[in-house]
Amino acid sequence: MSSGRVGYIAFNTFREAVRDRVLYNLIAFAVLLSGAAILVGEISIDIERLVVINLGLTAISLFGVLIAIFIGIGLVSKEIDKRTLYTVLSRPVQRWEFVVGKFFGLTGTLVVNTVFMAIGVFLALLYTAHRFEKMDAWVLVALYFIVLQFFVVCALSLFFSSFSTPIMSAVFSFALFIIGNLADDLRGFARMTHGFGGWLATVIAYLVPNFASMNVISQVAHGDPVSGQLILYNTLYAIFYSAMAISGAVLIFQRRNLK
Amino acid sequence: MSAIEILDLEKSYQVGFWRKREKVGLRPLRLTIEEGEVFGFLGPNGAGKTTTLKLLMGLVFPTAGSARILGKSMDDPQVRSQVGFLPEQPYFYDHLTARELLNYYGQLSGIPAKGRSSRVDQMLTRVGLTDSAEVQLRKFSKGMLQRVGLAQAILHDPKLVFLDEPMSGLDPMGRREVRELIQQLHHEGKTVFFSTHILSDAEALCDRVAVINQGELRGVGAVAELTSQAEGRVEIIFSATKMPPALTQLGAESRLRGDIASAVLPEAQQEAALEILRRERLRLISLTPVRKSLEEYYVQNLQPTENRKGVGV
Amino acid sequence: MKSRRATVVTAAVLLVSMGGALGVLVAIDATQRRAVAQQSLYIDSPKVLRRLSLGYTGLLADIYWTRAVQYFGEQHHKGSGDFRLLAPLLQITTQLDPKLFPAYQFGANFLSPKPPDGAGLPGAALELMKFGIAHNPDQWPLYYNLGFLYYTELNDYARASDAFAAGAKLPITSEFMPILAARMAQHAGEFDTARMLWFTTYQSSKDPRIRQNAVEHLQALRVDEDVTRLEGVISKYRQQTGHSPSRIGDLEQAGFIHGAPVDVKGHPYNLAADGRVEVQDWKDIPFITKGLPPGEKSPGPHVGK
Repeated sequence: MSSGRVGYIAFNTFREAVRDRVLYNLIAFAVLLSGAAILVGEISIDIERLVVINLGLTAISLFGVLIAIFIGIGLVSKEIDKRTLYTVLSRPVQRWEFVVGKFFGLTGTLVVNTVFMAIGVFLALLYTAHRFEKMDAWVLVALYFIVLQFFVVCALSLFFSSFSTPIMSAVFSFALFIIGNLADDLRGFARMTHGFGGWLATVIAYLVPNFASMNVISQVAHGDPVSGQLILYNTLYAIFYSAMAISGAVLIFQRRNLK
Repeated sequence: MSAIEILDLEKSYQVGFWRKREKVGLRPLRLTIEEGEVFGFLGPNGAGKTTTLKLLMGLVFPTAGSARILGKSMDDPQVRSQVGFLPEQPYFYDHLTARELLNYYGQLSGIPAKGRSSRVDQMLTRVGLTDSAEVQLRKFSKGMLQRVGLAQAILHDPKLVFLDEPMSGLDPMGRREVRELIQQLHHEGKTVFFSTHILSDAEALCDRVAVINQGELRGVGAVAELTSQAEGRVEIIFSATKMPPALTQLGAESRLRGDIASAVLPEAQQEAALEILRRERLRLISLTPVRKSLEEYYVQNLQPTENRKGVGV
Repeated sequence: MKSRRATVVTAAVLLVSMGGALGVLVAIDATQRRAVAQQSLYIDSPKVLRRLSLGYTGLLADIYWTRAVQYFGEQHHKGSGDFRLLAPLLQITTQLDPKLFPAYQFGANFLSPKPPDGAGLPGAALELMKFGIAHNPDQWPLYYNLGFLYYTELNDYARASDAFAAGAKLPITSEFMPILAARMAQHAGEFDTARMLWFTTYQSSKDPRIRQNAVEHLQALRVDEDVTRLEGVISKYRQQTGHSPSRIGDLEQAGFIHGAPVDVKGHPYNLAADGRVEVQDWKDIPFITKGLPPGEKSPGPHVGK
């Protein structure tokens, strides 16, 4: 019964996101960038493949994060603001079902979006290299990691919107995205610092989402393989971290007085 | 079984950033609504009507107290499959069509797939939106949104329906349709609890009303009783092109419109007035006792009990 | 009518203010022209850049690489001979993406030659090669470039030979590497060695600029070789006949050479009054060191045009 409702909410979230034309603008932008990749590749001979993959995957990653943050927050905060939520919660829908349904709807939207953008990148690759190589398969792994990154970002933006205003949620989510990409440096810094500062730095360094390990774009652009161990670790990390953020969101949302 | 039992339900807010002050949304409320009733919840804006409804719907959590809905605790999620809710000035998913929205809500309410689509069609017909069923909600007027709101509130055939200002934003035709709908629901045996500040609607529709102001319940009573108290005056309506001076001398409040005149005077002078009409050969149209209006009851009860003069609860 | 006038006035204000804004912008540009060169780098610390890139180092490296190439082309076109930003740009590029192979190649070919052919920084070029080898130990052209730099700029034949030898051991390498390793000791100054070197440069890169540069060097070698050979023949003629030839044709008639030799442009060599061999279009053939009029140097290459 619950899973049915979660599924309905997820599908409705997906439908709302897709019909909201904001999504299309960003996709168009990313397509334009992939076109630019081909042009840039022509300036730098012998590294067209490198440039297409670097530019294409970076665009997918960054735009996806922007979509995840802004549409994610828009969808949840907007519902609370405009009270579409009242009629949903007046039904036998539990608050946790609502949050989880939103999460899957959002991530589903991003996965579909990524698939379209990825097709664009592969087409650009075909155009510049005229055929696929075996090493292009690793690009799929990089894409998978980018999708994992989206799961974590969506979970975070849902967490923040469960208690914060739309603008602050966007700011927090974006800040954590940036910090999360510097997670390696943070952990190194924490190891070297002592005393209370070191303890604080360690706590923060280990709590921020570790996006750094999910970025293998440069690696696959050079055709280098990605270790199976990293694939496993990133998958587990994304699952655990998302579950953590979503649980936090549910706990807060369950207690929230809706205005 | 009572439809709704509100047991000392209370809500207060913490206002302010540094030094938190308490703001009272609802003082301990004790109220019972019987099954099959049409109950009106009256009060000015900000009185606590919406707060009460949100508490009962579980959108807001009480500071103290509880309530039972259809015999179950208000926290019980199963309760909500028997309850329909129309919030004030509703707003729905912009990009869905009316049919898609109702279908979605039907899914969430657990209406099985088999009968769902015909049920949605029925609802659309009932609220008069069949022609706009495939139009996206962002193109709907306020009145149309209100109708969608009603449709989603009764879609799953609930036993109890909560309506928050159901007439808001409707033109006279729309209000009439909503009145008819509420009467239909009443005939179907449903309990209807609605809040409003339009007294004529309450007077026409409700079995009982409660008056609330500043978060406090000020009075509860059956409409019939409250308005049956005759004041000891009668209203005489008759054909005349000008008011007979003899009537005015009796001390009547008179009004003349075209060739219809009306005069209101104490019951004791009823016979004297009729005698004047006979003498002047004026045709009598009607003679009715003047009832106390709900409006007066309302205005009186807005004041806290200590400050009241005149009739009590 | 009132609204029409309001529209006209508003439109006029719009155009005037637009013109004003553009005018001020042009003025700003004029005063800031000097600062543009430094702006090409924005931030010059690779470490800071690495952090700022938020893990998207691959793309940032590609962007800096593109800028490096464009910068070189622009400076070359201007003929200023000022390539001071090339080394930092290439350093940043390779720090961000140590496997961006063409950057090392570019640095090897254009960081070390003296202006106006390059930045004149052989030390920086050497450092770049060593960094490149550390991160791409299987790329033979990097060892080749290292050896080439030791040979041409530092005249350190021993280290050059070591570099060529190390490159020769790689699973994929050029056939010339072992030969070059051996030749460093004895035959360093010979035309064949130089030709082998430039041919290997040509072979090791797909970059058209680098290839063009190598071709021009090979052509210059050809001319230098021709002039040297002709001067040798003229000596022999003098020895045998007792007098200098008046024209190149004399050598042909006397049977010392077969056919009139032509330079890479297809023009025959001339005999100057003082007995020197001269290249007819010496202005059009870069890098030649022989066959020039006295006191003249060969003009710059055509790379990047």
